[in-house]
Amino acid sequence: MKPRPFDYVQPDTVDEALALLAEHGDEARILAGGQSLIPMLNLRLIEAAVLIDISRIAELDTIRSDGGVLEVGAAVTQNKLLAWPNLARESALLAAGLPLVGHFQTRNKGTVCGSIAHADPSSELPLLLAMYAGEVVLRAQRGTRAVPAKDFHKDMLTTAREPDELIVAVRFPERPRERVAFREIARRHGDFAIIAVAAAAGANGAVTLGVGGMAGRPVTRAVAAHDAASAADAIGQWAEEIKGYDDLHASAAMRRDMFRKLAANVVAEVAQ
Amino acid sequence: MRAVKRDQKTRIALTLNGRKLAAEAEPRLLLSDFLRHGLGATGTHVGCEHGVCGACTVLVDGVAVRSCLTLAVQAEGREVRTVESLAAPDGALNPLQAAFRDHHALQCGFCTPGILMSFTDFLARTPHPSEAQIREVLSGHLCRCTGYANIVEAIKEVASSSHAPRSEG
Ligand code: FES
Ligand code: FES
Repeated sequence: MKPRPFDYVQPDTVDEALALLAEHGDEARILAGGQSLIPMLNLRLIEAAVLIDISRIAELDTIRSDGGVLEVGAAVTQNKLLAWPNLARESALLAAGLPLVGHFQTRNKGTVCGSIAHADPSSELPLLLAMYAGEVVLRAQRGTRAVPAKDFHKDMLTTAREPDELIVAVRFPERPRERVAFREIARRHGDFAIIAVAAAAGANGAVTLGVGGMAGRPVTRAVAAHDAASAADAIGQWAEEIKGYDDLHASAAMRRDMFRKLAANVVAEVAQ
Repeated sequence: MRAVKRDQKTRIALTLNGRKLAAEAEPRLLLSDFLRHGLGATGTHVGCEHGVCGACTVLVDGVAVRSCLTLAVQAEGREVRTVESLAAPDGALNPLQAAFRDHHALQCGFCTPGILMSFTDFLARTPHPSEAQIREVLSGHLCRCTGYANIVEAIKEVASSSHAPRSEG
């Protein structure tokens, strides 16, 4: 299908974009890569009075590694981040999870920040941000704030962004020498995951486990992983606590089942 | 700053397969429709119009993207390549197209233009991919005739031939 009519503006600078957001507020939608937004517009699931296209704002198309933090600007595509030279060494979990985001062809255009802004509960990038305990940098004319991942993602498709705010970047603390695993179950490779599970073990052996697609937003927790039995107990207990939800793709019970199996696998992968 | 009202048409100038062209479009026009109806380049096919099937894949500045998930106005000033650019002016197929023919990698041909453009980008970046890498990129396309096995064979032939310069794979 075709989208309903909308006004289109293409600001050249962040300041221009912020002025437009101040003027239009929640009548406006930010267009970056468009790989979530345009399907929804085409299917007429949503409508926008104004699209603010930030994809050509040069200052947003930058990746920086500074003081142990990887900062990814709002116009940076997923494939551009995947090609970042030190990604596998400094941010192994990002390198493991990013190839599962959509397809090669959509990663060429889809942005890192856009996927985080879209806040689909089972999508990979919100889970990755939660695993890194990263933050989202929001800017409006009235000021800039950095919101921690756990406060940014509130619920299904719901974030802490105010209507006049633009996500200018997201920050992932770098974690060299981390052992990581990222697995998901999708109907077909590249489809939205039913659930996605990540694990990371630091030098001291402490294991963090995270899951998307079990709750309205990704959740993470430290798990004791000295032996498989205690890990399985902790995972089983957590599965009952977060419960999962029913939708077209899987029942809550099936999600819990998938989670118990995948989580045990990823914890075993990083624990050795 | 470019601003276009919903019912207003704007002139969009781009390079299509090496030729500078321009036409008018309103903001909501998708690049896929602009190519087919605005510029008359009907080689690009349109299936799902929400990014799932890959039939509409074209190169924008050398990179494979869904033209149904791109607005025509976003292509302003860009270099767009479609399937029409692959064969030589006398109609001779390029190596990738020839391999598709030789391996019976197309049946109805609906999905083919998109797949050819995806692999034009991918093989330029990764001239000697593994079969797993080929399958991973192909997973971004749906072939309703389900000819995947032959498509993989065709791409493997090009990837292992001397057409592609050897570099890291
Ligand atoms: S028509 Fe664009 S992906 Fe299907
Ligand atoms: S050849 Fe018919 S859809 Fe692929």
